Amino acid sequence: MKQKITATVLSQKEIAPKIYDMWIATDLATCARAGQFIGVYPKDRSTLLPRPISICQVSDKKDALRIVYRIAGQGTAEFSSYQEGDSVEILGTLGNGFPTEAAEGKKVFLMGGGIGIPPMLELARELPASVDKQIIVGYRDNQLFLKEDLEKNGTVYIATEDGSVGTKGNVMNAIEENGLQADVIFACGPMPMLRAIKKYAEEKGIEAYISLEEHMACGVGACLGCVVKTKEVDHHSHVHNARICTDGPVFEAKEVEI
Amino acid sequence: MNTQTTIAGITFKNPVMTASGTFGSGMEYEEFVDLNRLGAVVTKGVANVPWPGNPTPRVAEVYGGMLNAIGLQNPGIDVFMERDIPFLKKYDTKIIVNVCGKSVEDYVDVVERLGDEPSVSMLEINVSCPNVKEGAIAFGQKADALYNITSELKKHAKQPIIMKLSPNVTDITEMAKAAEAAGADALSLINTITGMKIDIHRRKFAIANKTGGMSGPAIKPIAVRMVYQVAQAVKIPIIGMGGIATAEDAIEFILAGASAVSVGAMNFVDPYTTIKVVEGIEDYMRTYHVENLTDLIGAVE
Repeated sequence: MKQKITATVLSQKEIAPKIYDMWIATDLATCARAGQFIGVYPKDRSTLLPRPISICQVSDKKDALRIVYRIAGQGTAEFSSYQEGDSVEILGTLGNGFPTEAAEGKKVFLMGGGIGIPPMLELARELPASVDKQIIVGYRDNQLFLKEDLEKNGTVYIATEDGSVGTKGNVMNAIEENGLQADVIFACGPMPMLRAIKKYAEEKGIEAYISLEEHMACGVGACLGCVVKTKEVDHHSHVHNARICTDGPVFEAKEVEI
Repeated sequence: MNTQTTIAGITFKNPVMTASGTFGSGMEYEEFVDLNRLGAVVTKGVANVPWPGNPTPRVAEVYGGMLNAIGLQNPGIDVFMERDIPFLKKYDTKIIVNVCGKSVEDYVDVVERLGDEPSVSMLEINVSCPNVKEGAIAFGQKADALYNITSELKKHAKQPIIMKLSPNVTDITEMAKAAEAAGADALSLINTITGMKIDIHRRKFAIANKTGGMSGPAIKPIAVRMVYQVAQAVKIPIIGMGGIATAEDAIEFILAGASAVSVGAMNFVDPYTTIKVVEGIEDYMRTYHVENLTDLIGAVE
């Protein structure tokens, strides 16, 4: 059930330059899944629309959500100022999560690039024990946010753009350098990375599920702002334009034209 | 206390509606809003065939509002009749269908199809979408073109028709008078105001269509002014909209001359806005001992 609620900030800290880690106490956590997102509303009424931010972690007691986000503008700058005990307005939980059942008993890549890394943490936590989890993450430099958390949930391979840690380059270079293989891919990150993964999965003939983003207004499927071109006709408008917020944000790579 | 309002012989339980394109056909807001409590659901625009809409990005935030250039993506009348109408019929609210087209024939096609559906109370004719290059706005920015399409649709429509007016004209009262003269049963205003936003870091337009329609609280004073001007110029009823966020905003529109109001972009900001406006209007009527909502229409002094 989707709701807009006023929740409470449990903690907030900067874990890398301009990257913030906020825990929010909320009952929305009871139904939250990896790959879903929440809309976070700035209190400054000159900025009206909810900011879509992926869920990084669901607390074990299912009473809190963790978001890890980058300051990208006025809204996220405001969120970064929130302290323990402050209120935060959120809409959630939104979108469909990653299809974790597709990974049962398989070798899997969990691929995150930059601010696409956070949802990989909750995904790694939710994937069943039968899954061989290879977590491949790409950073700009040696600011390796969430690395320790990820290491508790799988084998982590790192790529950095400046070559300061791990493979120099991106996540695709890390796969190659480490000679990694998988049956299924789950990914979130910048569009060039997702395009490369789509191509890689098609060449290898394996399933890939990618999480997309787009400018959104409502977050619930009404405004039709955040569409992606699809191979088949979409079920809402019957025009090959699926809604990222509600039909996604996770799509099988072969279904979308990116 | 009577919150009812009547437009073209149709009585609504209260004056609160949803602005076309901000509420789908209600399905997406069913989880948040008891649709039975709304005066009417005004649907997203529907054409005779599916429309794919514009490239992305389609939306951008601006100070106190937003720009959109969705381009009227819609599934076409066939899917709409099979899916959206049966959904809305489950609720005790009036259904107003927004109709879009690229030619007079397109509009006529949809209007005739909807004529067979008695659950549809009224038709709102979208001749003012600023984001579709062919048709649409071309009918809504010249008085003679608006007159012609209105009179043509009146020949075919079984339900009363509401002409939705564009604010992107020199004098909106000229457009209002042309629609009235052609037989429009009601008017709705305002559609979005054409705007532009440039991303200075990327040196690119914030939305792919370059221009988009501005909505949200920042446009409200313009909308209230236009509703007032139109109310002075015509006798047919007006549905007022443009940046309504609260009951106070809605009452401003009613005092300016609107018989009903629509909540638009604020549905995106707070999905419960419509219900808060319904309740707030009741509170206002209690506070000021207003017996009939209709006593407030055009009551500004």
